[in-house]
Formats: sequence, C-alpha cells, structure tokens
Amino acid sequence: MNRYWFELKEGVLFSLKAIKANKARSMLTTLGIVIGICSVALMATAIKGIDRAFEQGISALGADNLWIDKWPWFTDEEWWKIRNRRNLTMENYEKYKSLAKKPLAVAPTLWSSCKVQYNGHYIEDTLVTGSTADYVKTTNFDFAQGRFYSEIEADGARDVAVVGNDIVENLFKHINPLDQYIEVDRIKFKIVGVLKKQGSNLLGDFNPDKQVYIPIGASIKYYTGHRRSIAIVVRAKSTAQVKETAEEAEEMMRRARGLKYNQENDFSINQQEGLMRNYNQTVGVIKLVGLFITGLSLLVGAIGIMNIMFVSVKERTREIGIRKAIGAKKRTILSQFLAEAALICLIGGMIGLTLAIVLSMGINKFLPTSVQMDTVFLAITISILTGIISGFVPAYTAAKMDPVDALRYE
Amino acid sequence: MNIINIENITRLYEVGAEEVRALDGVSLAIGKNEYVAIMGPSGSGKSTLMNILGCLDTPSSGTYLFKNIQVSDMTDNQLAEIRNREIGFVFQTFNLLPRSDSLHNVELPLIYAGIPSSQRKEMAMNALVSVGLGDRVHHKPNELSGGQRQRVAIARALVTNPAIILADEPTGNLDSKTGEDIMTVFAEIHRQGNTIILVTHEEYIAEHANRIIRLRDGKIEKDEKNSHSHHAPLTKAAAMTGS
Ligand SMILES: Nc1ncnc2c1ncn2[C@@H]1O[C@H](COP(=O)(O)OP(=O)(O)OP(=O)(O)O)[C@@H](O)[C@H]1O
Ligand SMILES: [Mg+2]
Repeated sequence: MNRYWFELKEGVLFSLKAIKANKARSMLTTLGIVIGICSVALMATAIKGIDRAFEQGISALGADNLWIDKWPWFTDEEWWKIRNRRNLTMENYEKYKSLAKKPLAVAPTLWSSCKVQYNGHYIEDTLVTGSTADYVKTTNFDFAQGRFYSEIEADGARDVAVVGNDIVENLFKHINPLDQYIEVDRIKFKIVGVLKKQGSNLLGDFNPDKQVYIPIGASIKYYTGHRRSIAIVVRAKSTAQVKETAEEAEEMMRRARGLKYNQENDFSINQQEGLMRNYNQTVGVIKLVGLFITGLSLLVGAIGIMNIMFVSVKERTREIGIRKAIGAKKRTILSQFLAEAALICLIGGMIGLTLAIVLSMGINKFLPTSVQMDTVFLAITISILTGIISGFVPAYTAAKMDPVDALRYE
Repeated sequence: MNIINIENITRLYEVGAEEVRALDGVSLAIGKNEYVAIMGPSGSGKSTLMNILGCLDTPSSGTYLFKNIQVSDMTDNQLAEIRNREIGFVFQTFNLLPRSDSLHNVELPLIYAGIPSSQRKEMAMNALVSVGLGDRVHHKPNELSGGQRQRVAIARALVTNPAIILADEPTGNLDSKTGEDIMTVFAEIHRQGNTIILVTHEEYIAEHANRIIRLRDGKIEKDEKNSHSHHAPLTKAAAMTGS
C-alpha cells in the first residue's frame, strides 16, 4: 500500500519538476485547457442562468395562469385563419366570468405601447396594460409602495396607475413616485402603487418591472378604442387545477362566443406549459450546441496535452530506461506520466475556473447567475479526467518501453 | 549456492533480413562474493550478456537461474522487483536523473521498494558516505565531476543491498586516474562481501577482479582465475586461514 503512495508521490513531485523545467512549454499547453475549462464552466453557468431567468419569468407571469386570447402562442395553423378570428370583446369576458366556476380570478387585459414621462424624463414604447382590479389576483406582485387600483377606480376608468420598478428607477430620481402624476401619451395618471423588482428579464417588455398598469376603461378611452381584441387572464385555484380550469374555459368561452357544436374554436387558451415546452425545445438545442462547441475547445486542449505528453515521453526516454533499470514497474511509469498530464490539466483547469468566475461576474449583469459549487466540481473533475484520458496513450507508450532500448536512446 | 547460473544462452537480433547472434551458447555460474571481469573486443556481446544477467533483457533461448529461480518464468513485475532488490546497475554513462540531486538519485530504488521517507533518507545518506560523497548530497549531476557522478551511481546500485552489482564499463567515460579511484571503490565494495561483475576493455582494470571471462563473437573464449589479483576477498582469505 505504502508503495503505491510513494510511487505516486514521486510521480507527482517529479512531474512538478518537469513542468517547472519547461515553463514556457507547459504554459502554452495549459492555455488550451484554460480556455477549454473556462468556456465549459461559463457555458454551464450561462445555461443555469438562462434557466433561472426563465423560471423567474414564468413565476412572475403566474405559474397557474391561462391566457384566453385571439392569438395562440404556438400554433401550426395558418396566420390568415387566426387573423380572421373575431376579436375577443369585453362582453365575451363578462359572459365567461359569469359562467366560469373554476377560476380563482379572471381579468381582461388590453395592451398598448405608449411613451411614459415624468418631469422631462421619458421612456418610449412602454407596455401599458389595461385591466380590472382582479388583475392583481392573477399575479404574484409585491408592492414597494401603495396598492393596486381598486374596483371602483377600475370601473370608473379613473386615471390611476401602478408602475413597475424599472419605470420608477428611470423616471423618478430622488422623488417618491407615490401620488405623483405620470404622463402616458400625454394623459396624466396618478400613481397609486409601485411594484417591487420582479427581475424577470427574459420576458422582455412583458417583464412587470417595465410595465404600467391602468384601468382597462382608461386604455379603451385614451388609447385603443373598441376595435382591439382583449385577452383574458385566468388564474386556477392551484397548479393541479390548471387542466380542468382550461377545459372549463374552453367550454364556457364557446358558449360566450355563441359557437355551434360543429364550429371550430375561434380563440386560443394559452398556458405556460406550452411556453415551457417551447423553451425547452429551442433552448435545449442551444444548450446542446453550446456544450458541443465548448466541448470542442476542451478537445483541442486535450489534443494539445496529448501532443506535449508524447514529446515529454520521447524526451525522457532515457529517464524511463533508468527508472526501469532500478526497479520501476509498468504501472509506476504509467502513473507517473498520468499524474503529470492530470497535474498540467488540473493547473490549467484551476486557472480556467478562476477566469470563468471573474467573467461570470460580467454575465451576472444580464442573467441572475454565478459559478455554482457543482460547476466548480464539474470543472475540476473534467480537467483531471481530460488529463488522464489525453495522457493515457503517451503514458502507456512510456510504460511499455523496452528498458534496454530506452537506456540506449540518445 | 550460486547467485547466477546460465546455461547455453543465446540472444539473436534480427537486423533486416540478417540475424545477429549477439550471444551464442553462453554458460556461466557466478557464486557469492566473486569479482568477475568480462572482457572482449567491441561487439563481442558483453553488454548483451550484462543486460540479460541484469534482467533488463531476455535471452532468445537457454536457461537463466537467479538464486535458483527461473527468470524466464517471471512476469514483468517480478523482473522489476528483482532489478529493484537483487541487482545494482552501474553504467558507463552514469545514467543519473539530471534534475535530481545525489540524495534523490540514490533514494529512487528505495522509493520503488516502498521504504518510508525517513528511513530512505538515512539509507541513501549512508550509501553516499560509503562512496565518499557525504559532502555532495544536494548537488545535481551537472554540478559533479565525472568520477563523482559515477560514485553517486555506485551508491544508487548499493543502496538496496543487492545480491549482485553489474557494472558495464564503469570507467569507460573517465580518465585513468579517476578510473583507478572508482576501481578502489569497487574493491572496497567487494571486500565488504558483495558480488561484482564488471565489463572493461582495459587489462589494468580487469586486473582488479578475481576471475576474468573473455568473450569473442558471442561465445566464451576463456574463463580463468586471475592469479595476480591485487586483493584476495576477505571471506576467502578468512576461509583459507581457517582451513
Ligand atoms: N538492439 C540491437 N539490435 C541489433 N543488434 C544488436 C542490438 N544490440 C546489440 N546488437 C548486436 O549485438 C552484438 C553485441 O553487442 P554488444 O552491445 O553486446 O557488444 P559489446 O561487447 O558490449 O560491445 P562494446 O564493447 O562496443 O560495448 C553487436 O554485434 C551488436 O551489433
Ligand atoms: Mg557494450
């Protein structure tokens, strides 16, 4: 037992010597592994970040929600067919709301894109959502200040607004936004509530942080008129009831729309399950491609290691002969060179990992992520494995050298 | 009991279509505490024989008994262990690890023998002192003279207390004065009871041995006692006075 340990220790200490003796060469070789491991670690981190951002986005949308809409999120139907569907109206919404028993909350939504401004600061193309007081029940909103607009305010189509956190950060420097009047396409709305940061960047403009919420009556009155289709947000009582809520929604919407039994649905019931499926499909491909490409860079690094190990074995043929002559076994020589390859890769891996950690701090600005412990372990394991795999063939050629030939090598 | 018994050993090399008989039916027995010199013209098979005796190479045919054990039956690992424990090699070109100091070079066989570090260091120190290099422990080979390097190599060969020391032209790369110094070291090692086989081209070096074997064309031409050996071995001298 001791013996294996001594041999391994000798192998490691000696490979450190060999690495030191060829500093420039070792550094260049290691560079391949540094880049390989760094990109693998970054890719793993980025993938985690995208997943996390998406999950956050989904939960900001509300995990138990359905969206009844003229437009399906994903479809194989032809575009003109959907275009020709009748708009969803407030009447459809009222009818559905009165018929549906399953939902926890139902709210109509009407989107418009407006320029919002306050005191000279402005943001173009802000998503302004018009809805009812029940809308807040379909969300997981936390309020930094104030409240959502009330039923009375909504029914009266009052000029009140709830604003997302990014809007506040951009428009209100050092001013408490509550009870201030914000201009939405030149109409003044009183701010009654400010949301806490939701941080779902992947949703883009649909990120609640970037939105303004006003009563739907105000949306119709000022921005859209009656010609635009609304969408209906439905929240199920629990995740388990999403399916039955959707089934009920289909039936009740058909009734609300007065469809005959032989007519197709002229509306879509969208679920985030579809979003999830779609995400996994597209992002899954991106992940695979990303891992493949980073894998390639690691492979290039591994080939570099293999190459340099062959050179190292060749150069040290005589040393191998000497060691064999004084009693080194095949496995001794094998483990010595494997240790050397693994060590070079481990050093490269550590440097690559450090680099990845520094770089991921940059990524963290866009995606909620940092290098996780499991990525660290993964990177270290991969680098050692890379060393052992790419060092194996060179080490094996060293191990099976004939001692007499090796000693005679010039 | 003889340490080495070889019977009708041949070693063939295929060079292209030709066959070179480096050894051609060599039989030999070497007993404990013998001091044998092998001589012969260049290409006569001396190194080939030494490599086979040292278990670095295997014969094409014939039998080799090392301490009455069949060497041809041994696995690679067993051969490595024999080389490690029973055989001490000294080469013409020293063959030290260039990046390691004297101490580490001498320690190396002990590492492979699985001896713990502290004991290893002590044994290696003793071996270095015994060849007169107690003050060159932390010198690397390129910081030593040729004679000193060969002493380190001898210390490395001695440190495991092997059954036999094999030296292939150990003075070949040294001037005659330094060569003589090295021969005194071998004489001392022999006096302490070790068995030595040494290859040389120089008659005056061979004169140190008790027995001289002459090879020619892979065959033993002559195998005789060296009557004017400078020093009779201790054990034999003791045995003679005892009888
Ligand atoms: N690897 C080899 N392949 C082919 N022939 C070899 C090989 N090794 C040795 N020989 C041949 O075997 C013969 C004996 O070689 P060996 O090295 O034993 O001679 P030597 O007596 O040690 O010579 P020297 O005094 O020059 O060292 C030579 O003819 C040599 O050419
Ligand atoms: Mg020779």
